[in-house]
Amino acid sequence: MFKILKKEELSEHITLFEIGAKDIARKAKPGNFFMLRTHEQGERVPLTIADFDRDRGTITTVFQKVGKTTHHLGTFNEGDHIADVVGPLGNDSHIENFGNVVCVGGGVGIAPVYPITRALKSVGNKVTSIIGARSKSILFWEEKMRSVSDDLLVATDDGSYGTKATVTVPLDEILSRGKVDRVVAIGPAVMMKFVCSTTEKYNVKTVVSLNSIMIDATGMCGGCRVTVGGETKFTCVDGPEFDGHEVDFDLLMKRLQTYIPEERSAMGCGEKNGGH
Amino acid sequence: MELRTETNKTKVRVPMREQPPQERARNFLEVPYGYTPDEAVEEASRCLSCKNPPCRGGCPVEVDIPGFISLVKDKKFAEASYRVKEKNALPAVSGRVCPQEAQCEGHCLLGKKGMAVSIGNLERFVADLEAESGEVRVPEKPKPTGRKVAVIGSGPGGLTCAADLAKYGHQVTLFEALHKPGGVLIYGIPEFRLPKSVVEREVEYISKLGVEFIPNAVIGRLYTIDELLDEHGYEACFVCIGAGLPMFLGIPGENLNGVCSANEFLTRANLMKAYLFPGYDTPIKAGKRVAVLGGGNVAMDAARVALRLGAEKVYLIYRRSENEMPARKAEVHHAHEEGIEFLFLTNPTRFIDDGKGNVCGVECIKMELGETDASGRRKPIPMKGSEFQVEIDVAIPALGTRANPILTQTVPDLAVNKSGYIVVDGETGMTSKRGVFAGGDIVTGSATVILAMGAGRKTAKGINEYLKWKHWEFNGQCI
Repeated sequence: MFKILKKEELSEHITLFEIGAKDIARKAKPGNFFMLRTHEQGERVPLTIADFDRDRGTITTVFQKVGKTTHHLGTFNEGDHIADVVGPLGNDSHIENFGNVVCVGGGVGIAPVYPITRALKSVGNKVTSIIGARSKSILFWEEKMRSVSDDLLVATDDGSYGTKATVTVPLDEILSRGKVDRVVAIGPAVMMKFVCSTTEKYNVKTVVSLNSIMIDATGMCGGCRVTVGGETKFTCVDGPEFDGHEVDFDLLMKRLQTYIPEERSAMGCGEKNGGH
Repeated sequence: MELRTETNKTKVRVPMREQPPQERARNFLEVPYGYTPDEAVEEASRCLSCKNPPCRGGCPVEVDIPGFISLVKDKKFAEASYRVKEKNALPAVSGRVCPQEAQCEGHCLLGKKGMAVSIGNLERFVADLEAESGEVRVPEKPKPTGRKVAVIGSGPGGLTCAADLAKYGHQVTLFEALHKPGGVLIYGIPEFRLPKSVVEREVEYISKLGVEFIPNAVIGRLYTIDELLDEHGYEACFVCIGAGLPMFLGIPGENLNGVCSANEFLTRANLMKAYLFPGYDTPIKAGKRVAVLGGGNVAMDAARVALRLGAEKVYLIYRRSENEMPARKAEVHHAHEEGIEFLFLTNPTRFIDDGKGNVCGVECIKMELGETDASGRRKPIPMKGSEFQVEIDVAIPALGTRANPILTQTVPDLAVNKSGYIVVDGETGMTSKRGVFAGGDIVTGSATVILAMGAGRKTAKGINEYLKWKHWEFNGQCI
C-alpha cells in the first residue's frame, strides 16, 4: 500500500498527489511514468511522474479527472492508501546540452514536462517554455515552470490569460525568430500532433511523450502499441518518448478512443452505485 | 471416444465428468469437475506399477508417479498428495494444465494398446482433496542457511524454484512485476481452465514454506540485478521473467481498434477480471464475431474466453492443419465441443477498416502444406488467388512472444542470444554473470508451464550447489 502524503487541487479537474514510494523515488528520472491501481476491483492506469524527492522518498503526480479511475482517485485524501504503485517505468528523457530548447506543456501535460525542463536547464540549455491550457482556471505551475526556464510564455485558448492562442502560435514565432535545437512537447495527443507539424516546417527535432492505454506496462500486452516511423512500437518499453515527426498521431488518437463506450457505461454505473 | 465396459476396463480410462459444452461455453466456471474418490481409486487401479516406470522419465519435475498412484489405489489420499509435493510444488496447477499426453502419459505402457493412466487427473484429485480437507501439510522448516536468494518472476518457474530453495533452508524473496503473484497462471490461463483460487492456494502454500513475496517490483527499473547482488545482500538471483512482447503479423491494419494481442485480451479477462466489468473497472472488447489467429494453447484460451464473453461466432484461424497445432489435445477437443469454428490452412493477409478506425473484417488466403521445415512440420504455402474475407469485429493474434528487454538491457554483462533470450548452462541454469541464474521462457522462448517448472527445479539445485561451493562455470569456463 502506498500512502498519499499530500493532496493539492490545482484546478477543478486537476489534482496533485505526493505519494510515499521510497524506492521508486530513488530511481525516478525525468520522462518516467508509473502504474497505479486504486483498489482490488480497480484498473491499472499509467500516470506521469511530475516530480520526485529522493530525501522525502516521494513521487508527485498530477492527474486530470477524466474517467472512472481518475475520478475515483480524486476522492482519495491525504493519509489514504493506494493499493498498487509500480515504477519507475519507461525510458528516461534524453538530457544533454542541446543549446536552445523549447519545452511545451499543454493542459495536464505541464506536469511531466516540468522535470524534463528542469533537467534540460540544469545541464546548460537555454530554455524557453510555453505552457497552455483551455482557460486560465485550469492552468497550473506557471511559477514552477518559470523558475526552471529562461523565458516563459503562456497561452490560453479562450484568452482568459496570456496570449489568446494555442501553444503552436508562440512556438511558431520562436522558431521563426532564431535557431532552436530541440523541442520537447507533452500534452493532449492533438496538441502534440500540431506542435510536430509546426516544428517540422523548421526541421527541428521534436520529442513527444505518448499517453497510450496500458495494462501491465512491462511489454507484455501490446495494448500501448503505436506506429512510429512506419513500425509498430510499444510505448511502455520503447517509449514513452518518441521522435514526434515519426509518430502516427491520428492512429494514436483513434486508439485512445478504444474504450470510450465502456468508460461511459462504467461512469454511468459508478454513479448509480454511488461510486466507490 | 471409446466407452468403458467391464471387458475393456484396463484399456479405457475413467472419464472425468465435465460441464456440458453448451452450458460451459457461456460461463467461466471450471470445465471438468474432477474425480470422486471412487473414480480416482478405479483409475489408479489401472496402473501397472511398472518396475522401471517410463512415465517418470516423461515428467520434467520427476514426480514419483507410480508411488503416488499406488497410494491412491490404497485410498491413502493425503499421503499420495505429500508424495507428489515432494517433487512438485504446484500439483493442482500441473494436474490441470500440463500437456500430459506429451509427457508422463505419453510414456505410459498402457497407452501402447489403449488409453494411458490419467496421471494428470489423479494428480489434480489428490492436490484438490488435500486442499479441501483444510489440513494442508507444510514440511518442517529446515535449518536456515542464512543465504539470501532473489527469484525474479513469480510464474510457475519462479514459484517452483522458490519452493525448492526454501526447502533447502535458504531465505527466498520472490519479486513480481504485477500486483499479484502467479505470472501466466494468473494473467494468462483462464479461470475455466485453472481457477484463480487454485493458484492462490498454491501460492499460499509456497508462502508457508517461508518465501517472501514482493509485488509491483519491476526488476531492471525499481532495482537492478547488480543492486540486488551488491546492495540488497542476495547471493544469487534466478531470472524467470517469462514470456515477453507479443508478436504481431506485420500485416496492414493490425493496429486498428478491435485488434488486440492474446496477451492483452487474456490479461484483461484473467488478471483484471474484465469479464466481471463493470463490477471490475477494466473493460474488454468482447466482440460479436471474433477471429483468433494461431494454433497454440494461448489461441485456444483466447477463443474460449471470447465465446464466454458472449461472442456469437468465434473463428480460430491457423495456417497449418489440425495435426500441426501445438495446442494441448484436451483444449482443442474442448474448443471444438464448445463450437469454435476452425479455419485450418488459412492465413490472414490484412485487416479491414470500417472507415472509422475499427476492424470490420479480415482477409485471408488459403494455404497448402509443402516440404518439412526447420520446426519439423510441413511448411504452409499460400495458394494464389484463394483470398477470401471473414466479417469480424474483434481480432486476437496469438502468435507467440519476443524476449522482454526490460531486465536484460540493464545487465550489460548478461549474455543473450540474437533474439534477446538469456544464454544459460543447460544443467545448472548459470548465465555469463556470476550469481545470476535464468530459466523458463526468457531462456527457451514461449514454452509450457511444466517446462518452466522443470527449469525452476533444476536451477534450484544449481543455486543450492553454487551457494555451497561458489563455483561458477559458464560455457565450460570458470568465472
